[in-house]
Amino acid sequence: MSIAVTTQFICFTVLSLVVLIGALGVVLLESIVYSAFLLGGVFMSVAGLYLLLNASFVAAAQVLVYVGAVNVLIIFAIMLVNKKEDLKPSNDIKSRRLISTSICLTLLSLLIRVDLTNVWSLSNPQNSIGEESTIRIGEHLFSDYLLPFEVASVLLLMAMIGAIVLARRDVMTKDISTGLPVDQELIEKSSEPLLTNKN
Amino acid sequence: MMNLESIPIQAFLIVSSLLFCIGIWGLLNSRNAVRVLMSIELMLNAVNINLMAFSSYVDNNLIQGQVFTIFVITVAAAEAAVGLAILLSLYRNRVTVDMESFNLLKW
Repeated sequence: MSIAVTTQFICFTVLSLVVLIGALGVVLLESIVYSAFLLGGVFMSVAGLYLLLNASFVAAAQVLVYVGAVNVLIIFAIMLVNKKEDLKPSNDIKSRRLISTSICLTLLSLLIRVDLTNVWSLSNPQNSIGEESTIRIGEHLFSDYLLPFEVASVLLLMAMIGAIVLARRDVMTKDISTGLPVDQELIEKSSEPLLTNKN
Repeated sequence: MMNLESIPIQAFLIVSSLLFCIGIWGLLNSRNAVRVLMSIELMLNAVNINLMAFSSYVDNNLIQGQVFTIFVITVAAAEAAVGLAILLSLYRNRVTVDMESFNLLKW
């Protein structure tokens, strides 16, 4: 893929503006639902940046995994826990904001200084591999990265089982304390939360 | 600026630095637990942009950065699933998603 440099610059500027403004919206907007949809936009634009870097396979994986799975999962979680609640004002929110903002700005200035002053040993010519990158990734995954590839599959299995165990409701046929059979319709109503009055 | 032959690598690095810092700010300042998870996803994406930029500009033949990005995406998916499951189970016990009220480990 080789498109004109001016086109690349325009695409890069638009995509990075969408990424940054979307990310700011994700952390700053009041409504969590808007944040979740903006997060999807950020993921799509990051996939566009990958396309600019000649990585079509990773861009497709980004769209499939992040937009198709992670973002949908987040939206489902918001749907399940979306309760309007008035947060208790915390006492030292001003100083906390100030400290965290200054930490972030310091880190940002350090990172940008490193980005701009370090001399990167760039290879020449750049972006030469082009559409062969998918073949190269497959070769890596089945030769020198075979062990991490298999471990990643075990990790995904463990995460799946762990998520099911953590998120399911305990359905019991007998009440533990009395031994009587449980009315199964009551299970759908949320039982009395155990820890709420222990603030 | 237009006489360059391609986008400089510094542009990608600066975008990913900004995205990472926005993620950290959101992580430190959010009261809603779902937003904290979203901030973590933003930070992981910033790291991925960095890896992809280096793999395209520095390590051009053996694109190992792209392989690493795929592994990071895998771990991020697992992390999101387990994190949201923990969040659901916390919500079932506390009936809130406020980060300030999650002090079960405090003695």
